[in-house]
Amino acid sequence: MSAPILTVENLSVSFPAAGARAAVVDGVSLAVSPGEVLALVGESGCGKSMTALAILRLIAKPGRIEATSRIAFEDRDVLALKVTQMRALRGAGIAMIFQEPMASLNPVQTVGDQVIEALRLHERVGRSAARDRAARIFERVHIPDPRGRLDAYPHQLSGGLKQRVMIAMMLVVRPRLLIADEPTTALDVTVQAQILALLRELQDELDMSILLITHDFGVVNELADRVAVMYAGRIAEEGTRAEVLGAPRHPYTQGLLRSIPSLAHRGSDLEEIAGTVPSIGTWPAGCRFATRCPKVFAPCEAEVPQTVRLSQSHRTACHDVAREFVS
Amino acid sequence: MSWIGNAIVAVLVVGGVFVYLRVRRNRLWRESMAALVRRRRLALVILGAYVLVGLLDTVSWVGGDGVQGVAASEARSVVDRIFKPSIFREKSYSAPFASVEFVGGAALTFPGRHVLGTDLLGDDVLYKTLKGVKVALLIGGLTCLVLIPLALLFGVSAGYFGGRIDDVVFFVMSTLASIPNLLLLIALIMALGKGTLQVCFALGITGWVGLSRLTRAEALKLRELEYVQAARALGVSHPTIVMRHILPNLAHLVIITFALLFTGLVLSETILAYLGIGLDGSWGRMIDQARNELSRDPVIWWNIVAASAALFILVLCVNLIADALRDILDPRTLRERA
Amino acid sequence: MLAYIVRRLAFGFATVLGVLFVLFVLFFAVADPDDMAIRAIGERASPETYAAWKRNHGYDKPLILNPKHGWTSHRRYTETLLVEHYARMLSFRFGRSDSDDTPIWRRIREGAGPSLSLTLPLFVLGLVIGVALSLAVAFFRDTYIDRSVLVVCMLGMSVASLIYIIGGQYLIGKLLRWFPISGFDPDPAVIGRFLAIPILIGVLAEFGGTVRLYRTVFLEEVNRDYVRTARAKGCGEIRVMIRHVLRNALLPIITNVVLAIPFLFIGSILFESFFGIPGLGALTVEAIGGNDFSTLRTIVYIGALLYILGQILTDICYSLADPRVRLGAGASG
Repeated sequence: MSAPILTVENLSVSFPAAGARAAVVDGVSLAVSPGEVLALVGESGCGKSMTALAILRLIAKPGRIEATSRIAFEDRDVLALKVTQMRALRGAGIAMIFQEPMASLNPVQTVGDQVIEALRLHERVGRSAARDRAARIFERVHIPDPRGRLDAYPHQLSGGLKQRVMIAMMLVVRPRLLIADEPTTALDVTVQAQILALLRELQDELDMSILLITHDFGVVNELADRVAVMYAGRIAEEGTRAEVLGAPRHPYTQGLLRSIPSLAHRGSDLEEIAGTVPSIGTWPAGCRFATRCPKVFAPCEAEVPQTVRLSQSHRTACHDVAREFVS
Repeated sequence: MSWIGNAIVAVLVVGGVFVYLRVRRNRLWRESMAALVRRRRLALVILGAYVLVGLLDTVSWVGGDGVQGVAASEARSVVDRIFKPSIFREKSYSAPFASVEFVGGAALTFPGRHVLGTDLLGDDVLYKTLKGVKVALLIGGLTCLVLIPLALLFGVSAGYFGGRIDDVVFFVMSTLASIPNLLLLIALIMALGKGTLQVCFALGITGWVGLSRLTRAEALKLRELEYVQAARALGVSHPTIVMRHILPNLAHLVIITFALLFTGLVLSETILAYLGIGLDGSWGRMIDQARNELSRDPVIWWNIVAASAALFILVLCVNLIADALRDILDPRTLRERA
Repeated sequence: MLAYIVRRLAFGFATVLGVLFVLFVLFFAVADPDDMAIRAIGERASPETYAAWKRNHGYDKPLILNPKHGWTSHRRYTETLLVEHYARMLSFRFGRSDSDDTPIWRRIREGAGPSLSLTLPLFVLGLVIGVALSLAVAFFRDTYIDRSVLVVCMLGMSVASLIYIIGGQYLIGKLLRWFPISGFDPDPAVIGRFLAIPILIGVLAEFGGTVRLYRTVFLEEVNRDYVRTARAKGCGEIRVMIRHVLRNALLPIITNVVLAIPFLFIGSILFESFFGIPGLGALTVEAIGGNDFSTLRTIVYIGALLYILGQILTDICYSLADPRVRLGAGASG
């Protein structure tokens, strides 16, 4: 296995809450290899978007990336980069697409101009050459009438088209890593499938890695090579798609997968995970899932669970699994 | 007519206590009030002091302090009784804490006792400044208390019921709103007269227009909300919906607008005073009468500084409180806290 | 687009009619023509003089219904103050002043120039400084710069404009003696000297409110998603501020700016009378002092007219500037 293109070690992002600082991302570690798709899964509010923003150093005040964090992209220390170097990295080395394409595109600029801006920020291209490149990437993402659409404004396009524009804008400079934050959540189901297919196409062609943030296991199934499950700011379980979806070991992952309605269990009640996600700052001292875990026992509320290596690629952080493993 | 003033004070105090008790029961309001007190303690204390002075100046009765002559049959307020303006006076100007008259140097009747000096007629400036508090609170507070229910009535009816009512109210609002505020104010006062009631009424109309527009726009938005439509589908009557769903959601807007209107009205009065159509005893009147004193040599500054400072501090406190309220009552942060 | 403009103009015209009605109620129904005649020509004139004055100034007809004519004649309704008022105002025949008989239109024409010479530079300067400062404050948000500017704005907003003028005149005119305290000379060579203090004080007085308003607008835009996208693309902060935030924030700012244009003509009542500038504001003060209803009526009417026009212009400018409004919300694809 070649060296990972992105390494995140012990990432913590904190926000002020009730006087102190609460870690909404707490000691997250993950790695993405070249050409692979890593899905980061979890409920809303678990910190997965924050993780993504931290990688690009887009965390706005009063949020703060703690000094104990380490992020490395292609062997460069991202957190130590100067502002100008970071700017050069954003868009060209690592690109990011967002969830709400309508809000994420500048409403008073044509989509063509926005793509051209992305291009000219990183490459020296003349204006008409840039327009050509923009038209070509529009074609590449299957936008009908690409040249004509260059002069359209975002509000004139449908949700699916807007998302294609976003993808075009971010991929025009051929980044090595794409972070996709819930790229299909705001779209209709049929359009979702199209966008996912497009991402897969582009990933193959550009040999790009993708960090895919989602809460939808259907999307995970479509695209992911490896999966990391996040809960309340910490990684609960990580492994290949087959391992996590087929043989989950963490009670949270198990609960999540059980709660997906399926035709196989027609007629039976919908399963759910008891309780709700605790609000920021009200987590228990030990395992943050302890308040809702069906397998909770003595050490869970007090001690933070250590990571257990279940196999080469599969790991989880759970006291129950640890005690099974040992014995 | 001292009993009217006393009655108003009684109603205000009782009303205030009542509102406070009702509001305390609601967690959101309780937390909002606590947040406000935390952030703007000084401003609230100062504002409270102003209100106290205003109340002391309104509670008044006849007799009991040995004043003779013409003034004996007039009601005198607590402030009047403390300062005894008919006795505690000089012949003309004197500087703060001075022991001699400003012009001529003759000895004063009360040397060193006039904290802010005396004006042209010899009245104690501190006394006049304190008398101005009631006028300012009247202009800002009383006017608002009258126009806010009216603005709510018209704005919500127009926004919520729509149709013909909306057409009529909107047209009236647009027409009045199309006349620049100051000009409308002047036109109203010229036509109606320069008495206290008329000036307050004119000020009220100019404020009413702005607030009506806001409440109408909000009511229009709120009417389309899903839970309102759900309430309608369940058969809840219009008045109940308005009371229970529309009005509470306007509360934050009304409070903030009240504070802004207050300062706007009080500041407008200074312009009216300059034009000769202000209220008796207001700081605007004091400033207008004193504006030429700065060009004298040596300069007489205490009159205008006292009135300006009193006005500035009041307006600043209300502005600060309004600003903090805007943050605290922001619907987004309210939702997060809930 | 054309249909929209036509509709706006029609509604604007209806509003003008409404305004004229309000003015009629205020200045005719409430005022007493006999009192006005006495005020204008004194108490000891003959009844014929009073009647002649009233006739000349258009106060000799009944308010709404003229009983001199029969039910069938249209003149029962048209020979009234109401109809005459509308006819005159709509055709811009303003007549003569109630207090000194000068033609109102001429006074207005003469006053517009001086008013503009003050309000226009004041407006432009205030706008440029306001936008530049608010942009800088939004750039430095959450720092001590932002907080200090906020404090200054808060303090500035709490001072009455009267105090700014009196204080300013005293400090700059009397103490520092940089410029003359008041007066006006339209000669372009010296006009600057007389306008310097009022413009300086005017900018200072407006500063607090303007910066605060624009700061809010900019801060709202800075926190939007598309700004995050721009940064994710690799845009630097300055570029983000100017090409993205400013462009979008311009929309609400345009509303403010265009709405203010009518007021440039009306002039500032306070400034003109304090600084001796013979503009429309000073005319208004004169009219108030002299109980000159006809001049006052006219000024308020023109003010409202310009304001209504300003609102229509604002709507049109906004639709042109915002592609969402201009090109309609048609989603395709």
